[in-house]
Amino acid sequence: MIEKAFKGTIGYWLWLCFLSALALAGFISYLRQLDIGLGITGMGRDVSWGLYIANFTFFVGIAASSVVVVLPYYLHDYKKFGDIIILGEFLAVSSVVVTILFILVDLGVPSRVLNVLIYPSPSSLLFWDMVVLTGYLILNIVIGWWSFDAKVKEIEPPIWIKPLVYISIPWAISIHTVTAFIYSGLSAKPLWHTALLAPRFLASAFASGPSVLIVLCFIIRRWFGFNIERDVIKKIAIIVTYALSIHIFFMLAEIYTVLYSDLPSHKSHFEFLFLGVPGNRFLIPWTWGSTVGAIIAFVLFLISHKKNDSLVIFASIITVVSIWLEKGFCLIIGGFVPTPFEEYPKYVPTIFELFITLGIYAAGGLILTILYKTVVSFRQSK
Amino acid sequence: MNRRDFLKITGILAIGAASHQTAMILLSSEVKGDQAKKKRWAMAISFSACVKREGCRDCIDNCHLIHNVPEFTDNKDKIQWIWSSHYESVFGEQTNMFTKGMLKNLSILCLCNHCENPPCVKVCPTKATWKNKDGIIMIDYHRCIGCRYCMAACPYDARSFNWKDPKPFIKEINRDFPTRAKGVVEKCNFCEERITQGLLPACVEACPEKALTFGDLNDPESDISRLLKTRFSIQRKPHLGTDPKVFYLF
Amino acid sequence: MKKIILGLILFLLVAFLPLGYNIYTGKKAYIPVIKAPEDKKECVENVFIMRKRHNIVLEKWRDASVRHGIKKYVSLNGTYKISLTGTCLGCHSDKTQFCDRCHDYAGVKPRCWDCHNIPDKVAEK
Repeated sequence: MIEKAFKGTIGYWLWLCFLSALALAGFISYLRQLDIGLGITGMGRDVSWGLYIANFTFFVGIAASSVVVVLPYYLHDYKKFGDIIILGEFLAVSSVVVTILFILVDLGVPSRVLNVLIYPSPSSLLFWDMVVLTGYLILNIVIGWWSFDAKVKEIEPPIWIKPLVYISIPWAISIHTVTAFIYSGLSAKPLWHTALLAPRFLASAFASGPSVLIVLCFIIRRWFGFNIERDVIKKIAIIVTYALSIHIFFMLAEIYTVLYSDLPSHKSHFEFLFLGVPGNRFLIPWTWGSTVGAIIAFVLFLISHKKNDSLVIFASIITVVSIWLEKGFCLIIGGFVPTPFEEYPKYVPTIFELFITLGIYAAGGLILTILYKTVVSFRQSK
Repeated sequence: MNRRDFLKITGILAIGAASHQTAMILLSSEVKGDQAKKKRWAMAISFSACVKREGCRDCIDNCHLIHNVPEFTDNKDKIQWIWSSHYESVFGEQTNMFTKGMLKNLSILCLCNHCENPPCVKVCPTKATWKNKDGIIMIDYHRCIGCRYCMAACPYDARSFNWKDPKPFIKEINRDFPTRAKGVVEKCNFCEERITQGLLPACVEACPEKALTFGDLNDPESDISRLLKTRFSIQRKPHLGTDPKVFYLF
Repeated sequence: MKKIILGLILFLLVAFLPLGYNIYTGKKAYIPVIKAPEDKKECVENVFIMRKRHNIVLEKWRDASVRHGIKKYVSLNGTYKISLTGTCLGCHSDKTQFCDRCHDYAGVKPRCWDCHNIPDKVAEK
């Protein structure tokens, strides 16, 4: 089956080469990081988590969001999602791989990573995150591959697939909840220390993940002539619209609580993010960009059902970027600034850090391309 | 001789892997038998004595020399076990418009608080950091994977990460104490290696004004217990419920 | 089929080349020779244990000392202070002639010396 992924046009092969080259550049940069240490990144004693952990957080959301196509199909018998469900599962597979890679490159001593298994520590949320992410990866590979295999052979999927699917639905929720708990359980970081963090993560995940899926649907239609029904995309767009509205509502609720209660330790983070402090206004454009972006995307989605496809694509892209900035970049960096000593350090990723990040994107892209190509080729051969 | 000083594995090692467990059981039972005598090490820092010498950093220098703490030039790589900072940075929530002026030049010593209820310990995914039986927060540099979750969890910024190989940045290596390797988190260990030998912590010993008092809170007759009973003391961020073991005296 | 057998033969030839070379030249396999301290007879455990399982002894020492605060080790040979730099290198004063010889040969790269110091008198050598 997978051999289908290795027969393609020149354009397809160029795309694979491009991704491989990027992944290789990332790998070479990583070797340098292994040699010198994490000191080659922009992280430091004050902002001790950066681009890697931000991306990790964001992609856990993308991985979890496959549930929004799985759930209507299996629980509500919405048959039209039958085609897209496999795309959702394979997107989850590649996203989980990406999250695991981001955790790995963030470790100071990656050769000791198995210590997490050798000395399991149930009191640590990072331990639980490893458990749920690994479990989710396995679930999605098994479910995705066996149900696809059944379709190829035109037989019923094995009987044990269904229970696994039902397990995978709460499991998807759990991976992002646990990821949020990593942050929200820390009294030391007022920006993260809110019970709303897990619900916020889920709402923004269900907006950003399906948006990625919409963009991917259009890409494979354009490149491979593989048509996903308009109805399906419209349905996903509706899901994104509601998720976005909840996401914006949660953000406003958070901002109200912090501003009205006027607690300095909480307020200072928001002031830094939205207004900046003298000498450090680095995050202002990103915070405002993501906030305004989310609202614009919401409005665009609201009016898009009457309009053409390009508006939907545009709104989806804005959603993804806005939530990447909000949940990934601004949340993680903003959590560290101001520091417990009320200092406002700057964090700027270095070129190595960027290359490693792009390399991991490319690795995820490679997996995604190969899996999607397999699906598309099979569908077209029918 | 003290029972817990012994580690007996004689001969069992020859038998093989199964003996591992036996040795560990032996070991843990010996340690458990010792709970009754547990100590609660703590430190009290006197503001008034500490400010007497302006610009004095004897405690910091002595600690960093003894523990091979590197001196990085780049601020973002900085590693510190004990350091000083402005009053309003350390006690931000205890600052008002008057203290701002009055205590402007007062620098406050900061170090790991060895919390009774440490947020850093529970987040560690490998049990590389833990509270030992005497209440000291320890780090096993052999086990730390460098995820820096403990740094994010510490409300006092007491933990530093080795962003680079620290060795070239150590002025003079003290061969009686190990260095650290790149990629692990480190911090003040309350001089665990010294107090087991009956010595005082390096910073306490170095202070020319005797501003630092170290001792056992479980012993009502210890210097520190008496001091804290008679003088008004504050802790850093007590509202977080961490119960710091470093007290600041007026 | 012919190709497979030919390939296999070729593989075996290449794989056994070093062995054949040694037989041909009459050289025996290289065995690392380590320099044991001259003035001491016994290590913390007997030679057999140390040779086979010194890594386990050291791991036990490490965990006992770092994690359990146990600073002394008792064996049939006596009582020892648990210290890599102090006790081990106190006798095995030349790391390059002792530790490194076998480790290099076996391609083992223990990370002990990333942090633990080589005592002054040894470092001077």
